[in-house]
Amino acid sequence: MGTQAAIELKNITKTFGSVVANKDVCLTVNRGEILSILGENGSGKTTLMNMISGIYFPDHGQIFIDGNEVVIRSPKDAFNYKIGMIHQHFKLVDVFSAAENIILGLDGEDKFNVKQSAEKIKKISEQYGFEIDPNKKIYEMSVSEKQTVEIIKVLYRGADILILDEPTAVLTPQEAQKLFSVLRRMRDDGKAIIIITHKLHEVLSLSDKVAVLRKGEYIGTVTTKDTDESQLTEMMVGKKVDLNISRSKPESTADRLEVKNISCINREGVKLLDDVTFTARSGEILGIAGIAGSGQRELLESIAGLQKLNEGNILYHDPKTGKIDNLRDKTPMQIRDLGVRLSFVPEDRLGMGLVGNMDIIDNMMLRSYRKGKSIFLQRKQPKDLAKKIIEDLEVVTPDANTPVRRLSGGNVQKVLVGREIAASPTVLMAAYPVRGLDINSSYLIYNLLNEQKENGVAVIFVGEDLDVLLELCDRIVVISSGKISGAVDARTATKEEIGLLMTKNCGGETNEH
Amino acid sequence: MSIKEKQIHEPLFHIAKRDALPFWLSWLIRILSVVAALIACAAVTVVLTGENPINVYATMIDGAIGTERRIWSLFQNIAMLLCVSLAVTPAFKMKFWNIGAEGQVLVGGLATAACMILFGDKLSPVILYPLMIVTSILAGAIWGFIPAFFKAKWNTNETLFTLMMNYIAIQIVSFFTYKWSVPKGSGQIGVINASTQAGWLPNIGGSPYLINILIVAVLTIGMYIYLKYNKHGYEISVVGESENTARYVGINVKKVIMRTMLLSGAICGIAGLLLVSGTDHTITRNTAAGRGFTAIMVSWLAKFNPIYMVLTSFLIVFLQKGAIEISTIYGLNDSFSEIITGIIIFFIIGSEFFVNYTVKFRESKKGANK
Repeated sequence: MGTQAAIELKNITKTFGSVVANKDVCLTVNRGEILSILGENGSGKTTLMNMISGIYFPDHGQIFIDGNEVVIRSPKDAFNYKIGMIHQHFKLVDVFSAAENIILGLDGEDKFNVKQSAEKIKKISEQYGFEIDPNKKIYEMSVSEKQTVEIIKVLYRGADILILDEPTAVLTPQEAQKLFSVLRRMRDDGKAIIIITHKLHEVLSLSDKVAVLRKGEYIGTVTTKDTDESQLTEMMVGKKVDLNISRSKPESTADRLEVKNISCINREGVKLLDDVTFTARSGEILGIAGIAGSGQRELLESIAGLQKLNEGNILYHDPKTGKIDNLRDKTPMQIRDLGVRLSFVPEDRLGMGLVGNMDIIDNMMLRSYRKGKSIFLQRKQPKDLAKKIIEDLEVVTPDANTPVRRLSGGNVQKVLVGREIAASPTVLMAAYPVRGLDINSSYLIYNLLNEQKENGVAVIFVGEDLDVLLELCDRIVVISSGKISGAVDARTATKEEIGLLMTKNCGGETNEH
Repeated sequence: MSIKEKQIHEPLFHIAKRDALPFWLSWLIRILSVVAALIACAAVTVVLTGENPINVYATMIDGAIGTERRIWSLFQNIAMLLCVSLAVTPAFKMKFWNIGAEGQVLVGGLATAACMILFGDKLSPVILYPLMIVTSILAGAIWGFIPAFFKAKWNTNETLFTLMMNYIAIQIVSFFTYKWSVPKGSGQIGVINASTQAGWLPNIGGSPYLINILIVAVLTIGMYIYLKYNKHGYEISVVGESENTARYVGINVKKVIMRTMLLSGAICGIAGLLLVSGTDHTITRNTAAGRGFTAIMVSWLAKFNPIYMVLTSFLIVFLQKGAIEISTIYGLNDSFSEIITGIIIFFIIGSEFFVNYTVKFRESKKGANK
């Protein structure tokens, strides 16, 4: 029994239409072991885990738990086999407390007995080193606390096979370290843990074994201590990849966009941006670092004219005339009419930057359809632009008439970035432009941003991966709870330094209120 | 571990998403669904009435296209339903749930009737016709604009708003049918200007309906071009697909909502004009006859394509006409025809499921076991 695998997958295959999400995947996880599943986005990691947790059903293949073949038809079945999944997007009821969320949906004696379960939650927390207040409401919690609730939720249900889908994506480096120590403690307690990730250094520091998927195919499993970053990358991508980003020295920089003391308050009276000031210069990449949801979106939308400001000014220095325009309280149309060539690659690509159901040509038209006096649409130019982008950026698509939602994440982003760059901007803002992209596409985007910088564009880059920010940007400002908590030189700063700034304003204190 | 003892089977079937189907195959599925619907209807007919289903279908076809008069009436009804469908299409394409077409048609019709009654024998046709056209379009447009304005300004729920506007329209029509009733107090207006035919749309080609059909044909082509090639049409699509994207590229979403509903209401006004002045020559609370709601189905089934809407409105009107004939001939009440129509539409809408999804059955597990 000791060597028996906790969970074993044999030849699991799943297809969606003609897309093969998983092909003949075999995996084994033993008790007391952490397995990383490594793969680029779209390589089928999440699909595979969804089949173990009962959300999808495999087309072929078998799943064994403790050596017995099982059929998992629903999340309830998975729960009966003591499999617990912590999803990337939390599934919690905001207005309920931690304890209420944890016992939600349970039958039997635990039902509605919040007091008793609070005891049990405390016990679990102590055992593994969580810090949680069972009576705190979810909406008052930070992201990492919410994640803790999710983990306790599955432990409370007795899970001994845990699956975590990209758990560190939303955490600061410090929070991630804390999570890892909890996971190690669980491993030592004999639980089987599967963690999905695409961050190599996490894989190397945390897991015992690594299974690599590439385009739905199972490439192999290696023992962590026998491998290194370059071998794993090669397994993941299928060829050797140069992991360095070239960074040129900024030349002839000039102030281009001055953000001065801007604040904005939402309907509930919460300050989303609080006295934010910084300057973006031409020929430079300005990085914006921060925990997701610290005001990055509002900041970029304020500049783009999509967010109403309560205070402050946004001053644009026209490179040709030297004239200074205030962009505050202007609509995107008015900003364009001023002659400000501002391009914006928003975080939500298909919900904001593009229209998923429209084809590439019509999406090109989003920026240009107003041109001309005719009441009819002019499809010639957008068509040429679409063809050019498909060719230059190697967009994988059947043709220019394919709805963009059918494209993979990387290709969607190429279409969007391509369109925004085609407008020959003077300011280019990009929010998480490589999120969800494979390594090759990511580097293509970095190169495009660098190219823009060398052309004298003021580039504002909102990123989440600190390693990338430090390698790509010239300067980095750190935003925390809507406030600028610091500005550093990207050439000299360290990750830890930025990590501390990311939690400066909220840090331990926000946990209090 | 009580689960282990129980033998757990793989489910008999599960549902998976399909690839984009080739054009012909998706239409084959749709046609098969109509065939399946007819078989189901036949079964229901036999069980409920004991009639021979072949005869019943023959009656149905006869009811729809049996005589020249019926054919004209069929096309007239298609034209009217299509007209209202064209009206609601831009709104629905914008994801503005305009279920108030019924009321917008009614006020358009009322404006027409008012012109005919009040000025029928006072104004020369040269003034009367333009007056009727302008007032009916205006009335419909205003009725459509009010909910759009509130939606744009205060983000009210357009579904409830447009629905309520229907009741207001019905009550206003009730009020005027009493006020103008002939004979006084009967609550019915009767045929307006029966002797002079003032304000009646002219017969062309010997048919009273041809003019309506032609007008709607022009509207259909116009709407197709508007939605596909016009800049407004493009803005409507963008707003409908994603309001955020629309804001992002600087489209004034409020303006688009109000402008589109003005158009939607205006075309409903035209439908009211055609109904009152072109066919009924009177107005009742029931002039729109539920078309405002049926039109929504026509529009969605055709995926907002005005050309396909010709087909879907044909299908629905054909079924309605046929079903009414069945009810009369076999002495069944109206409800039976509704049952038949309901079954058929259920199958047609259901076919979309099979166009998008496929059902996979359990495979034999031999060979999978070691």
